[in-house]
Amino acid sequence: MQNLLVTENVSKIYGDYTALNNFSIAVPKQSIFGLLGPNGAGKTTFLRILNQITLPDTGKIYLDGEKLQPKHIAQIGYLPEERGLYKSMKVGEQATYLARLKGLSKHEAQTRLKAWFEKFEIEDWWDKKIQELSKGMAQKIQFIVTVLHEPKLLIFDEPFSGFDPVNAKIIEKEILNLRDKGATILFSTHRMESVEEMCDHIALINKSNKLLDGEISAIKRNYKSNIYQVGIQADNLEILAKKIKEKFEVLPANFKSINQNELQVNIKIPENFTANDLLAFLINLGKVNHFVEVIPSINDIFIKTVSENV
Amino acid sequence: MYNLKLITIREYLAKVRNKSFITMTFVSPVIMVGMFLLIIYLANLNNSKTSTVSILDESGFFIEEFESTHNVEYKDYSNFSKSQAIDSSKQNDFTGLLYIPSFEDEQYPDQNIEFYTNSSPNTDLISTIELKLSHLLTEKKLTDKNIDLAKIQASQTDISLKLENFSGEQTSKLSNYVKMAFGGGAGYLLFMFIIIYGNMVMRSVIEEKTSRIVEIIISSVKPIQLMWGKILGTTFAGLTQFLIWLILGGILLSVASLFLNIDMTALPSSPEQMADADASMRMVQEVIVDIARLPLLTLIISFIIYFIGGYFLYSAIYAAIGAAVDNETDTQQFIFPITIPLMLGIYVGFFSVIGDPHGTVATIFSHIPLTSPVVMLMRIPFGVPLWEVLISIIILFISIFFVAWIGSKIYRVGILMYGKKPTYKEIGKWLKY
Repeated sequence: MQNLLVTENVSKIYGDYTALNNFSIAVPKQSIFGLLGPNGAGKTTFLRILNQITLPDTGKIYLDGEKLQPKHIAQIGYLPEERGLYKSMKVGEQATYLARLKGLSKHEAQTRLKAWFEKFEIEDWWDKKIQELSKGMAQKIQFIVTVLHEPKLLIFDEPFSGFDPVNAKIIEKEILNLRDKGATILFSTHRMESVEEMCDHIALINKSNKLLDGEISAIKRNYKSNIYQVGIQADNLEILAKKIKEKFEVLPANFKSINQNELQVNIKIPENFTANDLLAFLINLGKVNHFVEVIPSINDIFIKTVSENV
Repeated sequence: MYNLKLITIREYLAKVRNKSFITMTFVSPVIMVGMFLLIIYLANLNNSKTSTVSILDESGFFIEEFESTHNVEYKDYSNFSKSQAIDSSKQNDFTGLLYIPSFEDEQYPDQNIEFYTNSSPNTDLISTIELKLSHLLTEKKLTDKNIDLAKIQASQTDISLKLENFSGEQTSKLSNYVKMAFGGGAGYLLFMFIIIYGNMVMRSVIEEKTSRIVEIIISSVKPIQLMWGKILGTTFAGLTQFLIWLILGGILLSVASLFLNIDMTALPSSPEQMADADASMRMVQEVIVDIARLPLLTLIISFIIYFIGGYFLYSAIYAAIGAAVDNETDTQQFIFPITIPLMLGIYVGFFSVIGDPHGTVATIFSHIPLTSPVVMLMRIPFGVPLWEVLISIIILFISIFFVAWIGSKIYRVGILMYGKKPTYKEIGKWLKY
C-alpha cells in the first residue's frame, strides 16, 4: 500500500528540552493512524510540525510523495487540541471565513456548509453566535470546518475530548465515513481504548521517542502472551488445579461466570504447544465452559513497552 | 496576500460591529461636545455672578473712580465709620469692604489700604481692585509732582520685534505659535492613536488566544499574516472611528453653538482685555497667511509617513505583547516600558522642540525610531532639511522591519503558549526557537 505521509527522523528541540527525537512514521493512504502516548509525550509538537505551525530542527516530511511545503496547507485539515472559535461571531459567517482561509471560494464554502449543517440537523445555528452554543455544539462546528475543504490528510488532536458519548459516536462514524471516501486520518490520543476500535495503524510515543509502530493486528500478534483464560468444572477442584500446575505455568484469573464449582485460571503454554493441545489436555480433566486466548490490550502493550524501555 | 485581505476584512468588521466600539464612536463626540459646552456654561455662570463691594474712602480721592461694572457693584460707604461699615457690609452679605484711610500730602497710604471679606477672597476681584488702586495712586502721585499725564501717555511705547529669518522670510511670534499648534497637534494625534489602537490590537490578540481559535487559524495562514492582518484591520477601524469623530464633532459643535447662540470668538477675552476689533481681525488674517506659508504638502506627506511608520512600529510591539500573555492583567509589566519612549516623545516635543526646534535634544530624539514619529512631526513645521527627514524615515522603517521580525517571532511562539506568565528571559529564549 502506498503511503500518504512519511516522516524521517524529525526532531524538535526547545532550548535544552527535546520535544521530539528522530521521529519516523509512515501513514498508509486511506488508513486511520493513531498516535498514542501520555500527556507531554510530543504528540502535539509532531502534529504542529505536520501543519507547518512549528518548523522541525531536523528531518524530512513527505506528503503524497512531495516534500511538505506551504501549498499543502489546503490539503490538510487540522483539529487542534486547544480549539475554540470567535465567541461573538456568527456561526455561518465564521465557518465561511475559516473555509476561505483554506482556499475555498465564498460560494463553494457556503454550499458545502449548508450540506453539512443539514446532515447534522443544525441549520438553525447559522445565525447564532458561538457564545450562545454549548461547548459540544461548538465542537461540532469545529469538526465541520476541519473537514469542509475535503483534505487528503485529516489530523485530529484528541478529537473526542469534550464530546458526550452520543456525539462522540456521531463524530466517530463521520471519521470512518471520510476514510471510506478516500481521506487518510491521523489522530492523537492518550485514551488507548478509543484506538482499539478505530485504528488500523498506530505509533506509540513516550518522552519524545517513538517506542513502536505498525499495523495494530501485527503489533498485537507480536505481543502475544500465549496465555489462555480457562473455566473448568470438576468434582474435585483441588486435584484438578494440582494436575494443571504439574504441566503448565498457572496464573490467577478472574472473570464472571454463571457456573458453580468452577476453577478459573490463566494458563501459559510453552512455545511448542498450540491451543488445541491445551484444549485436548483440559477436556480429559473436566467440563470446559470457558476458553479464551488472552490478547493484550493496547494499554497493556503500552505499559509493557514503556517499562521495557526504561 | 489573499489571506491577508481576508483577515484584515474580518478584523475590521469584527471591530466595527462590536457594540462597545459603536457606542464609543457615537457617544464620545457627544460627551466631548457636551463637556465643552458645560465648561463654557460654567465659565459664563461664574462671570454673571455680581459681587458687591462697599467702599469706605476716608481720603475722598478715589471713590469717584470706582464705577460699577456688570461683574462688580461698588457702593459708597464713605459716610459710615469704619466699624459701622464693617457691620453693615456683613449684615448685607456684601462680598467685601474696601477701606482707604485718609492721608496727608505725600503720605500716601500705599501699604495701609485694607479689604475686609467674610469668605475666602476672590483672587480675580482682588487683583482687579489692586490694579485699579495702583493705577489711581500712580496718577495721583504724578499729578502731585506736577507731571503732565497726557505727555506720559503719549510717550508710552509698545515694542514687538519684527522677526525675519536669514533668507528674508518674515516670521513672527504668532507664526511660531501656528507652527507649534500644527506640529503639536500632529504629534499628539499620533500619540493618542498609538495608545488607543495599539491597545486594541493587543486586546484582540489576547482574545484570539483565550478563545483558543488561534491554532485553527495558523494551521491555514502564517502567523505573520495573521499579525499584520489584525494590525491593518484595527488601523482601518481606527481611521473610521477618527473620521466619524471628526465629522460628528464638527457637526455637533456648530449645531450646538448655533442653538445656544454662543459667540465663541468672544469667549477667551473678558471685556477689559479685549483688544479692538481691528487688531483681532488683523491677527486672524496673519494666522491664515502663516498657515498658507507653511510647507503644507511636505507636512501632509510626512504626517502620513510618520503616522503609518510610528503606528506600525508600536502595533507590532503591542501585538507581540498580546501574544506573550494570557490575559490583560499580565500585560502591565510589558506595556510600561513601551509607554516610556512614547511619553518621552511627547515631553521632548512640547518642551524641547518648541523652545528650540533645531537644538541637539530635539534633533537626536527626532532620529531615535521610538520617539522620532512624534518629535519629527512637531519639528517639521519649523522647517527641517529634507535629508534629515529622509535619514530619520529610513531609520524608522528599518526599525519597523526589525521590530516586526522580532515581534512576529514572539507572536508565533507566544500564541501557542498557555497558562504561564512569561518573563523577559523566557521571551528572549523564544527568539531562538
